[in-house]
Amino acid sequence: MESVVARAGVWLAALFVAIVFFVNAVDTGFAVHMAIFALAALAGLVITLTKTNYLAVATGVKVAADQSRYDDDLIRAGVILTTFWGCVGFLAGLYIALQLAFPVLNLGFEYTTFGRLRPLHTSAVIFAFGGTALISTSFYIVQRTCRARLALPALARFVFWGYQLFIVIAATGYVMGITQGKEYAEPEWYADLWLTLVWVAYLIVFVATIMKRSEPHIYVANWFFLSFILTVAMLHLVNNVNLPISIFGSRSYPVWAGVQGALVQWWYGHNAVGFFLTAGFLAMMYYFVPKQAERPIYSYRLSIIHFWSLIFLYIWAGPHHLHYTALPDWAQTLGMVFSVMLWMPSWGGMINGLMTLNGAWDKVRTDPIIRLMVFSLAFYGMSTFEGPAMSIKWVNSLSHYTDWTIGHVHSGALGWNGMITFAAIYYLTPRLWGRERMYSLRMVNWHFWLATIGIVFYASSMWVAGIMQGLMWREYGADGYLVNSFAETVAAMHPMYIARAFGGVLYLTGGLIMAYNVWQTVAGNLRDELPLRQAAYDQAADRPLPAAAVPAE
Amino acid sequence: MSPHSTYETLRQFADSWGLLTMVVVFAAFAAWPFRPGAREANEAAANMIFKDDDHGE
Repeated sequence: MESVVARAGVWLAALFVAIVFFVNAVDTGFAVHMAIFALAALAGLVITLTKTNYLAVATGVKVAADQSRYDDDLIRAGVILTTFWGCVGFLAGLYIALQLAFPVLNLGFEYTTFGRLRPLHTSAVIFAFGGTALISTSFYIVQRTCRARLALPALARFVFWGYQLFIVIAATGYVMGITQGKEYAEPEWYADLWLTLVWVAYLIVFVATIMKRSEPHIYVANWFFLSFILTVAMLHLVNNVNLPISIFGSRSYPVWAGVQGALVQWWYGHNAVGFFLTAGFLAMMYYFVPKQAERPIYSYRLSIIHFWSLIFLYIWAGPHHLHYTALPDWAQTLGMVFSVMLWMPSWGGMINGLMTLNGAWDKVRTDPIIRLMVFSLAFYGMSTFEGPAMSIKWVNSLSHYTDWTIGHVHSGALGWNGMITFAAIYYLTPRLWGRERMYSLRMVNWHFWLATIGIVFYASSMWVAGIMQGLMWREYGADGYLVNSFAETVAAMHPMYIARAFGGVLYLTGGLIMAYNVWQTVAGNLRDELPLRQAAYDQAADRPLPAAAVPAE
Repeated sequence: MSPHSTYETLRQFADSWGLLTMVVVFAAFAAWPFRPGAREANEAAANMIFKDDDHGE
């Protein structure tokens, strides 16, 4: 009983604090956010009071969780939310892609301008779609590879739903114009503090589960997850050292100023790519690819070498975002050299994943989930080759600030992160709801092709747009003047922007098909469909041939 | 210590002992899976994920 009272008391205290901040708020956005925090605290309070098993409390019988079952409730919620956030993020991306082609879609409201919707898109796909996928799959994988039920279930629930609350605060903030103005670190100081709490709790739950493992060895996927959790905590803390103007207001100023601030920002930004979008998703790869292929990883040694190489190299690569700026030249060169070296461990991971299929390549033909995984790894290889190439100063002088960068990011994000997450969702859904298979494997196949063709449209149009833009910017006439005005370069990119938006339509359609497929699988339906591959069988011809009767003469 | 000398001190530490430590630690970590007798351990680790049916039944 005491614990119920204590927990309800904590929620009530949180509710009061949120209301005090709401009442004292100096700006509207802050007031809205404190109202959201208050609603979340109220929801926590109601759930605590209604979901408690009072009979067990009254009789003093403690109902212990069954330690021989995995704790999958959060992962089920995670699969659904990942699908949902994915579709939201893709839709936001498509909309801002159309805004670039047709500026009238800014609609004339401050809330719907490109500048506010763009962080909404990036955060929705990276932190909402990607982050929810990472938290859910890490909870799934750490339990399976440790052969232990998730430790600290209440804290795990705080991590999961607290992270969702962070997403809601971040997303609503962007629309209201609340931003730190740092790419991928836009949420303001109070959202950052909240995320810090959630993230420390995440680390505690993850490490506690590893510590109660029944397997002696810690499987390599958990190394990647652990490096992801630890490094993101460090990056988040250092890059968000901000001083709020008022503790009742949403504005703050960073402690780091000028070029130091820029370096810290891109040290954060590039390692968010390295540890959030690479290490975390490699962890998914190291579990789901061998499981779906039913073969162990190609080389466990390679996985360890490439793990340490990524850890030791990635952290230095950030300065390549600041070529030809006020950053000292040696720091730019350092960033470039480490980025080029990163090519090797990145390809180590790709080779390790792809070679896992050695001897089972036929599965690429027959299993659309394997196909998603193979293409995801192929895109990982392509974008981690393109990245080091673009970090070379000579290439960067052409590519920097152009849409080539956008194309590069999306071949990694749509190809690698998107497709490995889709594969994970298709792997998890039937298992988590106890179904024989996905509702429709043919729909998985459709999703695969729509996503692949969508990426091809996206990446190729952005290559053309970016290189053209870079060449037009630097084109000098005989008299030493720039040949093109900026507006001319924008007009020249219009057809490529439309091709990119078309790629986005395809990718979003694939996502919606996945959402329908997941929904039907959860509902327990199986689509009546032909399997993807079937050897020909003709029942009528399946009979012995009697010796032909010889006609009488 | 003046700001300038703090910079110089850290800079010199970074490209001498700091760099050496990083290289040695990295080499040790990378060599670890090649230690004698590691082959079976690696093989067991790679195959461990196939021991689980769901819920360990």
